[in-house]
Amino acid sequence: MMKLMIGLGSCGIASGGLKTQARLRELMSAHPEAEAQLGSTGCMGMCYAEPMLEIDEDGRKTVYGHVDEAAAEEIFRSHVLGGVPADKYIVKADWRETEEDSFFAKQTRIVLARCGVIDPESIDEAIEHEAYKGLAVALKMKPEEVIEEVLKSGLRGRGGAGFPTGLKWKFARASVADQKYIICNADEGDPGAFMDRSVLEGDPHSVIEGMLIGGYAIGASEGVVYARAEYPVAIKRLKIAIKEAEERGFIGKNIMGSGFDFHLRIKQGAGAFVCGEETALMHSIEGKRGMPSMRPPFPAQKGLFGKPSNINNVETFANIGWILRNGADEFMKYGTEKSHGTKVFALAGKIRHGGLVEVPIGMTIREVIYDIGGGSASGKPIKAVQLGGPSGGCIPEAMFDTPIDYETISATGAIMGSGGMVVMDEDNCMVDIARFFLNFTQDESCGKCTFCRIGTKRMLEILERITKGKGVPEDIEKLEVLADQVHRNALCGLGQTAPNPVLTTLRYYRNEYEAHINEHRCPAKQCKALIEYRIDPEKCRGCSLCSKKCPVGAISGEMKHPFVIDPARCTKCGTCMATCRFGAISVE
Amino acid sequence: MCDCAENEKKRFAAFEEIMAGWDGDKSLLIPLLQEIQGAYGYLPEDVIVRLSERTGIFVPEILGVATFYSQFRLTPIGRHSIKLCYGTACHVNGAETIGGALCDELGIEIGETTADGAFTLETVACLGCCSLAPVMMVDGEAHGRLTPAKAREVIKEIREKEAAAQ
Repeated sequence: MMKLMIGLGSCGIASGGLKTQARLRELMSAHPEAEAQLGSTGCMGMCYAEPMLEIDEDGRKTVYGHVDEAAAEEIFRSHVLGGVPADKYIVKADWRETEEDSFFAKQTRIVLARCGVIDPESIDEAIEHEAYKGLAVALKMKPEEVIEEVLKSGLRGRGGAGFPTGLKWKFARASVADQKYIICNADEGDPGAFMDRSVLEGDPHSVIEGMLIGGYAIGASEGVVYARAEYPVAIKRLKIAIKEAEERGFIGKNIMGSGFDFHLRIKQGAGAFVCGEETALMHSIEGKRGMPSMRPPFPAQKGLFGKPSNINNVETFANIGWILRNGADEFMKYGTEKSHGTKVFALAGKIRHGGLVEVPIGMTIREVIYDIGGGSASGKPIKAVQLGGPSGGCIPEAMFDTPIDYETISATGAIMGSGGMVVMDEDNCMVDIARFFLNFTQDESCGKCTFCRIGTKRMLEILERITKGKGVPEDIEKLEVLADQVHRNALCGLGQTAPNPVLTTLRYYRNEYEAHINEHRCPAKQCKALIEYRIDPEKCRGCSLCSKKCPVGAISGEMKHPFVIDPARCTKCGTCMATCRFGAISVE
Repeated sequence: MCDCAENEKKRFAAFEEIMAGWDGDKSLLIPLLQEIQGAYGYLPEDVIVRLSERTGIFVPEILGVATFYSQFRLTPIGRHSIKLCYGTACHVNGAETIGGALCDELGIEIGETTADGAFTLETVACLGCCSLAPVMMVDGEAHGRLTPAKAREVIKEIREKEAAAQ
């Protein structure tokens, strides 16, 4: 039996996966003789090749990429009806090598083992692939033993901070109360990060299983998943998964005859980055403004509704079932001495093969970006990678041999973070990147503490001034002083880490700041106030194409004579440069 | 004859339906607001007042929550919602230039609605389809690998469709 699976994660849907699916459905009903089955799965990881289609012929797998409706028809006729694989669309096959094999060759899949393999809306498929086996193991152990196993595995919080999960559970276990809560932080707010969404969309049962085991370990009978409202597909699949798990008795009363009761519900966020901070998140679940509180008391003592609570992130929970199923010793085989296991990254930006990747902790940045990601998308040299989103920093290309683990990444000034990895090339201005992140954190600052509310505002003003060419030499020092104060005095992680993008770019790209301030020049030619588009009269043939394409009518001239750009009207959108066939337009 | 009572009943029918499913738990304020916005497109003042009366949560407290979270709106939105992604991947691929082109094409600033009520332009922190950067979502449909010209084209197409329908 031939089985067709279409990748319907958010990326797949955004790339037109549903249209491909509909076309395939039409073709299949027109050709019942094909005797094929059509299913869907979550993110396969190769986001750059979406929409994707996998054809499984009794275990022989062929994965096609860039499958739009026309390609779907071609593949259907050739492969499904004719039995001949449609070569030009193949991105991966287990029966022959492809150019893109390198994308998977260096990956290790623990968290993503079932992502892109199973139908996330079918608990049977998840169970077939070992879901809830870890729960069965855990329920036969004492809660303390479960905690010991997780502690031994060395699993650390995958939300970014890297606190040992087992230790967190131990604290929550030690609190005595009539009610405890276990909470899953699925409020993935870092711009440029989509790991948690992909896990929830591709394998929601792994998260549910982790929460069940965590609940059992700390003695919580209530679980809450706090999920971003911006992730409708993830929420829908999680709802289906919870319902199915309830029907099978994995959630409810006396789970698997163990006497353990557990209930799980979803709470949707409403758009506030600060709610990724655990105390703010709990206030949001309580229906309040999501503002952080001073600690202590820690959530393990006094958390949601004043009860002891434990919060872990999606990826952390997704590791738990695997650890219990295979044992801590097996988990410890992956990673470095201090950090075991794997980490999932969302590769994006100016990268050739952007997507979702999972690698053993300790792999170098270079391996992830060049060997897996295929290097630069633009062909221009890669300049830096941004790790950890608004709390992280930029690491320059020269340092790409740094192994990715919590300590070594922190030493660079960036942070491991939740897994966003945004690649930048020579065309990206590092001062502009710092301004971009400060603009984000400033906008998302909840306003409760002065250092974050006003400190980030002042830093942003300075950065805006610099990118407009109006910076003064004292600005760099002022930025450093402010950064230090905000870092030391802000109430929560949002403010404490907000200066990181500024500090790392100052550390590695100070010359760019100086060029903006002293020479009123943007070396990357990105800051609009400092650049001008010009037409080279020697190269211009007077074809008028740029003038026709210019959306604001800033280009004028006479046919067959050089055209000119009116700088007063030019919005610097770059359309003319992209249009010119003679390379006559340049940025100065 | 005045049909005020009838109109009022109609206006609050959706609200009543939402409240029928409420069990008295005040911690559910955010989901209630989400449902109200889902039904009305925004959070109308009169509905907020009624929500306060029904739940016993003070109006300033409700507004405090409503204005804290970016999802909630206190003004109606246009017939077509444009959500331009300003995430990191989109930023490094030129999202601000796309934003400039959209503002110019629509004649509004980011966060505003066109005078004819056709379009509301907003930015979002990340749509999560980074590999398609730069991206915008128009009425729930993602448009990826944008150029300024392509973004303008999407708006023009919607305008043409609306004009043809009239």
